[in-house]
Amino acid sequence: MKLSDYPDPRGHFDAFGGRFVPEALMPALQELNVAFQQAQNDPAFLAELHDLQVNYAGRPSPLTEATRFSEYCGGAQMLLKREDLNHTGSHKINNVLGQGLLTRRMGKQRVIAETGAGQHGVATATIAALFGFECRIYMGEVDTERQALNVARMQLLGAEVVSVAAGSRTLKDAMNEAMRDWVTNVDTTHYLIGSASGPHPFPKLVREFQRIISTETRATVLERYGRLPDAVCACVGGGSNAIGIFADFIDSPEVGLYGFEAGGEGVETDRHAASINGGSVGVLHGTRTYVLQDEDGQTTDSHSISAGLDYPGVGPQHAQLAKTGRAHYEPVTDAEAMDAFRLLCRTEGIMPAIESAHAVAGARRLALRLTAADPASKPMIVINISGRGDKDVDTAMAYFGIRGKADHSMGELK
Amino acid sequence: MNTAESNALDDRLGISGQTLKATKGAGRAALVGYLPVGYPSVAGSLAAMRAVVEGTDGLGADMVEIGMPYSDPMMDGLVIQHATTKALERGVHTRDLFTAAETVADAGAIPMVMIYWNLVHRYGVEAFARDLAAAGGAGLITPDLTPDEAQEWMAASDLYGLDRVFLIAPSSSDERIATTMAACRGWVYATSVMGVTGVRAQTSSAAPVIVRRARQADPNLPVGVGLGVSNGDQAAEVAAYADAVIVGSALVKCLIAADDAGSDDLRPLREKVADLASGVRRQAR
Repeated sequence: MKLSDYPDPRGHFDAFGGRFVPEALMPALQELNVAFQQAQNDPAFLAELHDLQVNYAGRPSPLTEATRFSEYCGGAQMLLKREDLNHTGSHKINNVLGQGLLTRRMGKQRVIAETGAGQHGVATATIAALFGFECRIYMGEVDTERQALNVARMQLLGAEVVSVAAGSRTLKDAMNEAMRDWVTNVDTTHYLIGSASGPHPFPKLVREFQRIISTETRATVLERYGRLPDAVCACVGGGSNAIGIFADFIDSPEVGLYGFEAGGEGVETDRHAASINGGSVGVLHGTRTYVLQDEDGQTTDSHSISAGLDYPGVGPQHAQLAKTGRAHYEPVTDAEAMDAFRLLCRTEGIMPAIESAHAVAGARRLALRLTAADPASKPMIVINISGRGDKDVDTAMAYFGIRGKADHSMGELK
Repeated sequence: MNTAESNALDDRLGISGQTLKATKGAGRAALVGYLPVGYPSVAGSLAAMRAVVEGTDGLGADMVEIGMPYSDPMMDGLVIQHATTKALERGVHTRDLFTAAETVADAGAIPMVMIYWNLVHRYGVEAFARDLAAAGGAGLITPDLTPDEAQEWMAASDLYGLDRVFLIAPSSSDERIATTMAACRGWVYATSVMGVTGVRAQTSSAAPVIVRRARQADPNLPVGVGLGVSNGDQAAEVAAYADAVIVGSALVKCLIAADDAGSDDLRPLREKVADLASGVRRQAR
């Protein structure tokens, strides 16, 4: 079985993945799997999805050659896949359009979702408005505070936002609450998981709806440069944008795949969210994967400056890609990510989401490593800019000590 | 029934199913009381488990469902979450389950452990089975492990002679009910309402339906009904058609009230259990 053929019919990626859920949810997962398989073979479904991607979300997203940024990367050729330019400001729209159509196909009228940074919540609220679904978003209390702008956006779009005060009050607890809602309301409700994680078929389904990122990237790079890139880089929390930009390259071994996890204050500390680099194999939220856990198997709190990466697990396909060595996963600290955030702002006029800034930092590190090893190499490296940074302005202001006041004033006679 | 069939049935009843067969023989349903280990403390939870077995006058739970607190409990409602979160903060460990199993067995009831799968996975499935069996535990109730992912647990439970109780739900197809029950040893846990645990004013109208469907799929395996029972009247109602009545949140509420009041008085818990124990004995079969 080729790596790209996974998961197997039972949702396993070798020893990872599967379905570790209450029996009450098994029928819904089976129903979803069948609906998804039928939809994938239904030209009308695919045509409607394509139309929405183009005429609603604004695809294809551009591939920007980052010339000035490349000067800070040892002369490597840095290309930015601009998912930040999608409608709603991130790659999350790709998945919610697909799952929204599936929800309608299954005859359900209500969607629920978990969100960390709020990007997936906003995207879900958006398609709920578009398709006329009732919508409830679960968000950790800590995240509602650091992402207040996105809370307001969801509410403006007509969604109900529930702040979750249980546990660590972040993404994982929002996911627990969404699961409980789903167990209770599974007849009427689709749980629109935004991450490439959770029980089968979610990791596969989210990958397929995010695959368009790599399909476009591959075609654009081949057409423009006549070859494949040397490396593709993405940030990894649950891993949906990363699996999206990896998918069409998994069977091309000449393309290096690099995922950058949230290293927080360092993987050697207990303040990080790097499940692959700093975790161990466990079961969380319905799937077997790498998890941050204590010696008993209790999930430990993750930390990242980026709410969207602040999750103590990772999608099971990333676990497989890490274990097999096909993809490489490295941690990027809060400080490295914020340096990269500023660098991309200043060199390219592009303000990435702090999540994506982890990919920027990691890609730069990779570029410097490759060009140091071989100064003549001029590697071509694609970075997935999974989202834009507008939502992170408050965090960035606090981090950089910017007060939002003018630097100088003039026009008044002193 | 010939001898071979009878032996096969005994095998399927395991340890806990024999108790349910015996209570059925006595013309009543069994009472299963859920309590989390570690709340209000490990010692306090052991005392509470003894109280649940004893009630006020020796009539209490026939079986104790010993719950292991978990950081991400997908099936638990707010009452149980409150207690298990506190238990984790107060330092409960997986190994405390084994002490609890010994305590329940010593008190004269059947200890069944309810545990989310990652904790068993982390301990090591076979090592966990070995240590639970050594402590006198009867087996596991696995809320987030269905037979689909249970190969390792099937092997370990066979090796150590432990019961394995899987859940069925109103949303389960007839086919899934049949395959799930075929994988069980002891009994099957029918969740009577869709949703998480918690006290409800009325028991679900779905409960008799799911029990009937279970009986159709497999008339020989006992059926326990959980989620929603909070008093003796409701227990009597469920006891009329189920082999075991499972009560959780209503018991845990007694412990929370005491803990919040800074008291270790188990009297309210004993009285609640006595009410429930009389409930399962007052059915109209």
